[in-house]
Amino acid sequence: MNFDNFLYMGQEIGLVILFVFLFLYDTFCSEKGKKYFQVIAISLFVLLTAYGFCPTTFTGEAFGGMYVNSAMTAFMKNILNVATLIVFLQSAQWLSSEGTSHRRGEFYTITLVTLLGMYLMVSANNFMLLYIGMETASLPLACLAAFNKYKEKSAEAGVKYILISAFSSGIMLFGLSFLYGGLGTFYFSDMTANVSASPLVILGFVFFFGGLGFKLSLVPFHLWTADVYEGAPTGVTAYLSVVSKGAAAFALIFALYKVFAPIEIVWEHILWWLSVITITLGNLFAIRQKDIKRFFAFSSISQAGYILLGIITGTAQGMTAMVFFLLVYLFSNLAAFGVIAAVENHSKGDSRISAFNGLYKSNPVLAFIMMLAVFSLGGIPPFAGFFSKFFIFMAAAEQGQYMLVFIALLNTVISLFYYLLIIKAMFINEAEENAITRFRTDNYNRISLIICVIGIFVIGFLSAVYGHIGDLSFGI
Amino acid sequence: MEYSLFIVVIPFLLFLFLGLLGTKLKSIVAGIIGTIGMGICAVLAYTVAYQYFFGIGKTNGEWVKQIPLNFEWLRFTENLHIDLGVLLDPISVMMLVVITTVSLMVHIYSLGYMKGETGFQRYYAFLSLFSFSMLGLVVATNIFQMYIFWELVGVSSYSLIGFYYTKPSAVAASKKAFIVTRFADLGFLIGILILSFYTKTFDFGLLTADHASLVTTSFAGGTFMGLSIATWALALIFMGGAGKSAMFPLHIWLPDAMEGPTPVSALIHAATMVVAGVYLVARLFPVYIFAAPDVLEMIAFVGAFTALFAAVIAITQTDIKRVLAFSTISQIAYMMVALGVSGYGDHEGLGYMASMFHLFTHAFFKALLFLGAGSVIHAVHSNEMSAMGGLHKYMKITSITFFIACLAIAGIPPFSGFFSKDEILAAAFHHQPVIFWTLWVVAGLTAFYMFRLYFSIFWNTPKSPKGDLVHSASLQGVGGEHHKPHESPAPMTIPLIILAVFSIFTGLIPFADFISSDNIPFHTHIDWTVAIMSIAVAVIGITIAFMLYFKDSKQPARIAQAMGGFYQAALHKFYMDEIWMWVTQTVIFRYICEPIKWFDRHIIDGSMNGLAWITQKSSAGIKGLQSGKVQFYAWVFIFGSIVIAALVLFL
Repeated sequence: MNFDNFLYMGQEIGLVILFVFLFLYDTFCSEKGKKYFQVIAISLFVLLTAYGFCPTTFTGEAFGGMYVNSAMTAFMKNILNVATLIVFLQSAQWLSSEGTSHRRGEFYTITLVTLLGMYLMVSANNFMLLYIGMETASLPLACLAAFNKYKEKSAEAGVKYILISAFSSGIMLFGLSFLYGGLGTFYFSDMTANVSASPLVILGFVFFFGGLGFKLSLVPFHLWTADVYEGAPTGVTAYLSVVSKGAAAFALIFALYKVFAPIEIVWEHILWWLSVITITLGNLFAIRQKDIKRFFAFSSISQAGYILLGIITGTAQGMTAMVFFLLVYLFSNLAAFGVIAAVENHSKGDSRISAFNGLYKSNPVLAFIMMLAVFSLGGIPPFAGFFSKFFIFMAAAEQGQYMLVFIALLNTVISLFYYLLIIKAMFINEAEENAITRFRTDNYNRISLIICVIGIFVIGFLSAVYGHIGDLSFGI
Repeated sequence: MEYSLFIVVIPFLLFLFLGLLGTKLKSIVAGIIGTIGMGICAVLAYTVAYQYFFGIGKTNGEWVKQIPLNFEWLRFTENLHIDLGVLLDPISVMMLVVITTVSLMVHIYSLGYMKGETGFQRYYAFLSLFSFSMLGLVVATNIFQMYIFWELVGVSSYSLIGFYYTKPSAVAASKKAFIVTRFADLGFLIGILILSFYTKTFDFGLLTADHASLVTTSFAGGTFMGLSIATWALALIFMGGAGKSAMFPLHIWLPDAMEGPTPVSALIHAATMVVAGVYLVARLFPVYIFAAPDVLEMIAFVGAFTALFAAVIAITQTDIKRVLAFSTISQIAYMMVALGVSGYGDHEGLGYMASMFHLFTHAFFKALLFLGAGSVIHAVHSNEMSAMGGLHKYMKITSITFFIACLAIAGIPPFSGFFSKDEILAAAFHHQPVIFWTLWVVAGLTAFYMFRLYFSIFWNTPKSPKGDLVHSASLQGVGGEHHKPHESPAPMTIPLIILAVFSIFTGLIPFADFISSDNIPFHTHIDWTVAIMSIAVAVIGITIAFMLYFKDSKQPARIAQAMGGFYQAALHKFYMDEIWMWVTQTVIFRYICEPIKWFDRHIIDGSMNGLAWITQKSSAGIKGLQSGKVQFYAWVFIFGSIVIAALVLFL
């Protein structure tokens, strides 16, 4: 075996080392030493994230073409890292609370394992590795969803997640076996040459797609989303809605562009309809929600539809637009979840939208950040979300998908309605009797919110970011 | 030369700083910080000018455009991208010097003039914002950047005119200025879009290169309503310039803009913003002359008419700031005319050079006039000429500097205005006799109304009884106490003296060595035929003013009586405000806005409400899907996959 190949896996190895270290530290350290656990874990993760941004010369395929590391995969992993870091920061206070403080080591180690799985999904150049990555990412997530194990809803979320996850991976494996039967290999590069629109391959593709559709929460694989998002601890919900979704989108784009490019005509139609239905259904459900986490579950379903819209175009421009969209979605959604986490911590777990009534009066800064996040998600200029949607629409319009763009635009109008409901709650509605009073957000969460706000502004106003992604997206 | 960026950035940072934290500072501290910042900008601008004109600016005997910085801000497609950058060429460097100098003077002056005003910090924040916008405008590398800063200039002007926002007239004036210029800018924007649609670029360098060959070729003879499309585009762009530079009939906002603090009028409504239109035409001059010479012809006639029209009105006004406002309109029109009659290259391009020359000299003496007027208003607490008179013995510095500025604007040698005005008249003389004679008359009128102003303020005797003075003072809200007028404090008189020095000597600069239509230096000499004619008419104007206004006399009233209707019409600014009122209220509001309103109410709102209704209904209809049962979820999952596969396979 050629051990040089491990040099390509710098980020994965770093993650494993960090995981082992934290695991040992958590297990063997004295109670006194554990006081510093969070600080150490987060700072080490910051180092790992920083390492990811260092340029590496080890790009290319490794392990006989099973694994690939390119500038684009490195960039995508960096996106996942930044999002995970923000989630860590936002969860810090919740993890220090009574019920969870003795288990916080678990939270970090389990999250890192899921992240490792996502790395493999992004870097996979072989369906077997992709599947292993997905499983590594999915199973521990169920533990995270059930992390508040004494809460009924959290336990329900864990159970639902693991059941549906097992079910979807079964279907995906089923699909992969079809593909293997039809093409005789699992290597991306070997498959492309033989892919044709034969029924076996199409069936295989659809079932495989269902597996990723579950992760992306596309309609009709989305039904678990609201229940799990609502029950899971807020930090985990944020992680599910951004990191898990992002990794699935990246994996999907590679599979589509690298393997299924020859049958683009087939999947283009599937994605066309699914994106329309996903955006619309997500919006229709979001309107009715009274619980803010359920609300963001449906909002994230509809956002996933936009991600799909970027994939459909099948051009480098579409891919750039989609990665850019995810980057903006990351900061906007995490900013919203940061505020939710802060409010929830002070309202004893109350996550109804009405808990936000009068937030502007009691905590103007949080209300302002929430407003930024919601405006960005809704695509109001000049916030970053406007540009990301704009680029996606433009990429689609250049491919002549005018009908799709029209429907998506119509949906954007509808989405504004429910996004503005949150603004209305915060700024206009009178506070309820036992409303939260003015409080101080913990420092970790503050840092995370600052990162998000800077992200929303800088990415929106610096076209250099978009240009950088554009440079990477060639030669996928 | 990268440091030239700081000239633009420093005012912006000052704006942020003073705007956000200004109220936490003592007002005088905020003022001094703003002034020092502007001072640094001025020093940088002078360094840039020195380096450019005496160092790197000239290659092979030709001034070249330098772009030390260019940054791609928004990129939409290969062709459509919006850049922000710094462009240095003779006219932009000259503008940097003008803006920073006048702005610095106004900053210093305001320390005295605005002392004790509420919102002092806000005032300085907006001054910084304005300086930032104006500087960004002149160094724009492309027409879209110019448009962005053009609008920023409009906004900061709006907020400064409305500085006394408790005064209804100030609020009305700020709205009027904003709406009128915005209306003109609509034309500007459409013009930009047409121009860039055909040429596929916003970049000034590309647009003007090679005798604007890009523009002349890319339009390829398209016509619309009998005129070529290039003509339409450039005429619309000129519309934007006409709005900002107060050309007839879009001049109506400028006199009202005098509601702002006087130093603001000096900076924005005399020296810098209002010449943006002239600068715009100068910036695109090769495009105008090669792609649409007919538009240039139109500019010449519009300018000549505006110059005469405004000069006639200026004679009848009694509010000293309004006299200066109309004088500004008239002088800017002069610059426009010069551009309009100019040819390209060498002596043919004399008009271009003269226009920029006059812009340069005018900025200083007109700022001086306004600041002098401010000093007078500061002393007597009134804008009305009738409340003034005999002030020379109380405020000698103001009087003398004002006198210098009057001589400069009247075109008496060796003051600066003489040289620049002479070049304009010479350019017109060789091009269009009609325009030349119009300008010649205007020159006489200018000398007359400026000295009418001067003599009425500083000599003569106050016409109205003292009670009126107190009355007008209390109207101004500046303490009703009556006291003897006295000279203004040092922060106000020092800028007056500095600007007076500028007004005397800037005319001696051999301008043609630095600025010319084709960027190749040439030599000019004074055309004595023209010069003698213009001096003669100026002297006549001054003499008549001396006879009528040096001492109190009944003559002016009698002449006004004799003029009858014409005098009344001029006094009421030829009823332009009323005509615009009629056009907007009756024509636009009733016959255009009403139907649109109906359409909006019924069709647009109706369809939106319909969309909302459908959304709500369908949302309610499908809520059962989300049952919470995992079995059902799994069933949808597998059934969904099968349906998708079936649809793909069998359709």
